[in-house]
Amino acid sequence: MTIVENAVAKLQRELGESVLSVEEFRGQTSVTLDREAIVTACQLLRDDPELDFNFLAALTAVDYWPSEPRFKIVYELYSLANKEFIGLRAQLSNESPEISTIESIYPNANWHEREVFDMFGVTFKDHSDQRRIIMPYDWEGHPLRKDYPLGYEEVQFTFNFDEIDKRKPYAKK
Amino acid sequence: MGIETKLGNLGFVTTTLEKVVNWSRVRAMWPVLFGLACCAIEMMVAQSSDYDMSRFGMELMRASPRQSDLMIVAGRLTRKMAPVLRRIYDQMPEPKYVIALGDCSSCGGIFNNYAVVPGVDEIVPVDVYIAGCPPRPEALIHGILTLYDKVEKQKVKDWV
Amino acid sequence: MLEKSVEITVDELRHLVSDRALEGETMLLNMGPQHPSTHGVLRLLLELDDERVVTCVPDIGFLHTGIEKSMETKAYEKALVMTDRMDYLNNLGNNLCYCLAVEKLVDLDVPERAMAIRVLLVELQRIASHLVFLATHGLDTGAMSIFLYCFREREVILDIFEMCSGARMMTSFFRPGGLWRDVPDGFEETVRSFIESFPKRIKMYEDLLTKNPIYTHRTKGIGAISSEEALKWGLTGPPLRATGLAWDLRKSNPYSGYDRYDFDIPVGVNGDTYDRYTVRIGEMRQSLRIVEQVLDTLPGGPVRSNNRKFVPPPRSELGHSMEAVIHHFKLWTEGFSAPKGSVFVAVESPRGELGCYLEGDGGPKPYRVHFRTPSFATLQTLPMLCKDHLVADIVAIISSLDPVLGDSDR
Repeated sequence: MTIVENAVAKLQRELGESVLSVEEFRGQTSVTLDREAIVTACQLLRDDPELDFNFLAALTAVDYWPSEPRFKIVYELYSLANKEFIGLRAQLSNESPEISTIESIYPNANWHEREVFDMFGVTFKDHSDQRRIIMPYDWEGHPLRKDYPLGYEEVQFTFNFDEIDKRKPYAKK
Repeated sequence: MGIETKLGNLGFVTTTLEKVVNWSRVRAMWPVLFGLACCAIEMMVAQSSDYDMSRFGMELMRASPRQSDLMIVAGRLTRKMAPVLRRIYDQMPEPKYVIALGDCSSCGGIFNNYAVVPGVDEIVPVDVYIAGCPPRPEALIHGILTLYDKVEKQKVKDWV
Repeated sequence: MLEKSVEITVDELRHLVSDRALEGETMLLNMGPQHPSTHGVLRLLLELDDERVVTCVPDIGFLHTGIEKSMETKAYEKALVMTDRMDYLNNLGNNLCYCLAVEKLVDLDVPERAMAIRVLLVELQRIASHLVFLATHGLDTGAMSIFLYCFREREVILDIFEMCSGARMMTSFFRPGGLWRDVPDGFEETVRSFIESFPKRIKMYEDLLTKNPIYTHRTKGIGAISSEEALKWGLTGPPLRATGLAWDLRKSNPYSGYDRYDFDIPVGVNGDTYDRYTVRIGEMRQSLRIVEQVLDTLPGGPVRSNNRKFVPPPRSELGHSMEAVIHHFKLWTEGFSAPKGSVFVAVESPRGELGCYLEGDGGPKPYRVHFRTPSFATLQTLPMLCKDHLVADIVAIISSLDPVLGDSDR
């Protein structure tokens, strides 16, 4: 069995019902877990000497508004010794968008989780420093949510040049 | 430059004074470093060997706004950076000029969303706009020479 | 609309700075977004004890352009243009990462010639990016002449890009399915003359810096980190290879035909600033080796896939084929559709591991694009590297990590 199949089998053995589904798409495996089990799963995958998934490659989120469950948190782990990627997914609903942090296992998740909080509004329990990282401190709203507008500005062509010119707030010295 | 602007036109004294002062303002204009994104790389290229900007007087870029009289805003301006831009502009002593380098600082460029200010002229008044994404170094030099033409044509009553 | 400045009180940062700051024993200094040596708009809040740094809090986000949200509103091929502007010193590398992700998602084939030319151009882009690193790193540590030399070499490479695609930096030359068009005549001679002239230049840069006592005093032992710490904190690319770990995604998970070419991975010993410099000089030499091998073994054939569901037909076909007109119309108005599913693809950029997470939903626009950028992860290690160093060392450390703020903030 390949390393990834071993990993999936181990997760199914240890976590039992918390493993909700296993998908394989274009040669990449992703395991959807219950959100309480993410920390345990990462611990198992990192500490096992044969699997050795010791690098967190990516941590991000996807918003499925208006369908439920609304958020999907995506973790991509990489094993340097075995040269394999594995994906973990956790699904969160709109009423309680929070999940435990994996900072204790992979310290570099600190800034990635701050970015997910900033862009999506997902809170991470026990995070050491949860503040906005990319948007200004007093920004309201979470930009990458699907119900946040793009902030599109009307383009100034020749036919509407003058009327937009009047509204545009030009700066004074 | 207070008295000359109040006295008005004194014939050839005014025009010679205009010529001398504008000549001296143009010949050694030092920009303040305000490279934000990709256009900053083209600005650095224009400063280096193949397209030398020192031959036009811009020997070096000053880091401190108190010692410069030109601000080249190179790159996209985001909402988080906008107060910083205004602050640096306010700290520059008169006479000061602004060049908006590239599409993103002139009009927002290819970005039309919540994060990018659509045009630096909403924050500071701009004298010359240079188009391109990023503009070639020759385009930057052409823009600077256009600014020099504009400064050389300034009259006594426009001075500050 | 004039934004007002925001003041942030010390209370909100209490957990980040040490207790001595609140008593006034140490000084809090702002190394602001507009600074000559911070490589872009990076803001650092330094806590200083005399001139030694106690902690440093990086503040990023001054170049956030909302690229990920903008890409959700454009078709797959049109969104490619925005990837050029993320890491603006590695334009072709970003294009490659996104194209590989799209091709994996829709299961599109890429011809051999396209894969080889992609490797060639990405390696030339790597050399150009390392030249900018060398120029700014030399400038920050005091060697001003190397800035002029490196930009002169970079002009030759930018001429090659302009010959292929028409633009010096934002080329958008790679498309899903291959390349935009074939390389023109005169391409091979230009690249060969570059290969011949470049090794002497690398020797010139090494003569300037490698054994220079001023440079070695400023960089040896500064900002050292061990391999385990580096892996825990997500450091990849040349900073990780400088700690001694020989890990390169081009060798371990090869993509786009990299396994056909023979090259070494330069590693360092201590993980300090000096080793990061030597690793990048070594990488430039290896990239030149790869370029030479690609040029010697370049296969013939088409440069873009023939799958008309995803790749528009050439204009010469539109005159006599009805299917070509229909495909052309569909692809340029709406764009091709991707299936439901998600992929994650990682490539090796000059700064580290660049990953792209792409999710499709059956429509013509990507549902979610996320880029795992190397500069974002590298800047996170800055507080650790800067501890107990002088303020002047911070400048050398930041330039040796080679962050690009467009990459970090997207």
